[in-house]
Amino acid sequence: MRKRVISMLLAAVMTVSMVSGMAVTAAAEETEGKQLSVQIGPDPETIDPALNSAVDGGNMLLHAFECLLTIDQNGQIAPGQAETWEQSEDGLTWTFHLRDGLKWSDGSDLTANDFVYSWKRVCDPMVAAPYAETVLGMVEGFDEAIGGNLDALQVSAPDDKTLVVKLSAPCTYFESLAAFATLSPVQQATVEANGDAWAIAPETYISNGPFYVTEWVPGSHIIMSKNPYYWNADAIKLGSIKFNLIEDSNAAYTAYQNGEVLMIKDVPTEEIPSLEGSDEFFVDPIIGTYYISYNTQIEPFNDPLVRKALNLAIDREYVANTIMQGTYSPATNFMGPGWVDTDGSSFMDNANGGEPYMSATADIEGALAALEEAGYPNGEGLPVLHYSTNDAGYHKPVAEYLQSAWAEIGVTLEIEIVEWSSFTPMRRNGEYEIARNGWVGDYADPSNMLDLLYSTNGNNDGKFNNPDYDAAMDIARSTIDPEERSAALHQAEDIMMNEYACIPLAYYNDFWMQSPKIEGAWHSAYGYWHFMYADIAD
Amino acid sequence: MFKYILKRLGIAVVTIWLIATLTFFLMNMVPGGPFLSEKAVSPAALAALEAKYGLDKPLLEQYVTYIGDALHGDFGDSLKQRGRTVTSIIASKFPVSARIGGLAVLAAFCVGVPLGCISAMNRGKLGDSIIIVLATCGIAVPSFVICTVLMYTFGVRLGWLPTLGLNSWKHYIMPVTALAFYPTAYITRLMRSSMLDVLGQDYMRTAKAKGVSQFASLFKHALRNAILPVVTYLGPLLAYTVTGSFIVEKIFTIPGLGGEFIGSITNRDYTVIMGTTIFLATLMILMNVLVDIVYKLVDPRIKLK
Repeated sequence: MRKRVISMLLAAVMTVSMVSGMAVTAAAEETEGKQLSVQIGPDPETIDPALNSAVDGGNMLLHAFECLLTIDQNGQIAPGQAETWEQSEDGLTWTFHLRDGLKWSDGSDLTANDFVYSWKRVCDPMVAAPYAETVLGMVEGFDEAIGGNLDALQVSAPDDKTLVVKLSAPCTYFESLAAFATLSPVQQATVEANGDAWAIAPETYISNGPFYVTEWVPGSHIIMSKNPYYWNADAIKLGSIKFNLIEDSNAAYTAYQNGEVLMIKDVPTEEIPSLEGSDEFFVDPIIGTYYISYNTQIEPFNDPLVRKALNLAIDREYVANTIMQGTYSPATNFMGPGWVDTDGSSFMDNANGGEPYMSATADIEGALAALEEAGYPNGEGLPVLHYSTNDAGYHKPVAEYLQSAWAEIGVTLEIEIVEWSSFTPMRRNGEYEIARNGWVGDYADPSNMLDLLYSTNGNNDGKFNNPDYDAAMDIARSTIDPEERSAALHQAEDIMMNEYACIPLAYYNDFWMQSPKIEGAWHSAYGYWHFMYADIAD
Repeated sequence: MFKYILKRLGIAVVTIWLIATLTFFLMNMVPGGPFLSEKAVSPAALAALEAKYGLDKPLLEQYVTYIGDALHGDFGDSLKQRGRTVTSIIASKFPVSARIGGLAVLAAFCVGVPLGCISAMNRGKLGDSIIIVLATCGIAVPSFVICTVLMYTFGVRLGWLPTLGLNSWKHYIMPVTALAFYPTAYITRLMRSSMLDVLGQDYMRTAKAKGVSQFASLFKHALRNAILPVVTYLGPLLAYTVTGSFIVEKIFTIPGLGGEFIGSITNRDYTVIMGTTIFLATLMILMNVLVDIVYKLVDPRIKLK
């Protein structure tokens, strides 16, 4: 009896674990060639080009797909699936000429019609692509297409190797969009046969880039193997890349130390001080700025002088280098490094006559003077201000810093920590006084970020409304003269910086660890790691 | 007993329905939504997304549709992990969690019960004190600390065990140990106190007086009575453990279900919140019914009504 009881109990315990099936995760498929094991983020929510809006997914798409154009190692536009391209004189018609013999990863032919299908799919309301308007909003017929009449979109393929796009307004940065992952081609037959699920199984995830997905265990890893049908396959040295979907930065760091992965994106912040100076630790800028929004529609933030005072009281050098441990760089402009001016040069270098708009260190006297001019000498008469942020990364330490920095000019700040999912809609609806904000660019044209302060922009969380600013942005939108456009964009930044529309705090950087064994990989200002042409030294 | 099980299952259905209803309305009351991002999605895209998943309909209608679909076994598509259904997420991730969780419970039971017995039999002696101290530590130390210590010691310093994934039996050792720590300690304490209780009973003294060997009296008479509280604890423990631990999975990069519970809530992935909640509730209730049946087998005096 005693044995029976124990065995019954054990049986009860074990049934559950048995019922669940003992199918252990299939061992990695044997692939030829070297496998590079890296960590560039947790499980992507989606790797469907049309649906992705996150950098994690973007890194995957970059390796699995190739757009008409690509961005090269120097941040310049380069040929991709299209070998040559041209725009009409009025800037409204773009023609792309595809390479010879393009193929999908399943070996079938890829034609210009695949692009036509894919671009129309991005507009499909049933697909509901988050970036549809960003990447195709300027194409003629977009408004009808987004309403469901997909064929209204003026994208056509006169022959298998030519793609013609008609725009409703000039878009001088259309090349950047033609290199944007949302506009990657997807295979019509596969997508139509499988619906949204085409992008979750390696068998149906047909792509056209340097690699193709051969295994995806959600929450564990994605393996991509070299795509032998890729036009430039001869230049690919790796046999496969294993993207380890590690969520915990300490786990990633351990795996790196053990040599299980050769590159990790998520470095534990507490390790950073000991890593500085190491030749395996890298810091590189990405296009984006950590900034603070004022709700410019309410008192006292409708007064540019108050905004100025709060702006000047901040020591950005201290924030970026001490609080953020050098993983950010102090922001003296709104538009930081990496943004490309209309002539291909650095937008930041050309801004404000080449001078920074603000000092990287605090100007307490200037701040006090501005406060006095606004009618609040030494902060007297100002109500208690409220700063809203979610708690992640450096957000809370930054909030605490602001509290102490603004106390120096007599401003009392209360911090409100809000859960991220509640924080985002709250900020968007303007239910705050001062709030953490940030933007990482989708493409390197400065309009991508300057649009944030356009009065009707959906991301204008501060509800900044300045007719001169809007006018400058309107010119930037409509002109096809590069110089006029550049001048308008710089004028817009001048206006928002002089008005202290928000508080640019720090420029984003990516920081990561990478083994010297990895050769031929590079990191771009878009926050992407390019491993397609990498190799592993023996 | 058959009637009893039927009755329990009937109550279970009502309980699950109540839990589903409460969860549904509570999660919809929380601000935010599944299609949020730092960057605003255009109103047209947002409207299209909401229409696609029926979130533009009145809440009551959404509820009726959901319950109707759920009754037909359709728990919907994940709103965040596009292309995956809730059923497929649970089906692919639960087995992983269940394997680790099941092994952890098994280990906890196999280690905790003997430890508890030894401790009780040596009450007040050195062995007892050591076990009690260890058990207290096991309960007090949070699992992320255990995970980190294990990982640092065996993964980094000694390099004996792999820290990433679940490719071989070696990969299981650390996560299972980490997961088994708390229940082992709990079972040890539970077993000890209930064993002490039983050892003081008259029938134990009778057995001893009859000259029954200590070994036989312990296993034949004491253990069966003393193990009842452990069995009670085992049901909910099993349900919790096999559905995965967020922390252990995160630290050891295990593709289990634990992460989905937390992830779905932070993402406001409504269908996954509902699916995982209903799944856990169902499992919990089934385990409790199972425990009652095991009770009856262990102790025939118990009558199930």
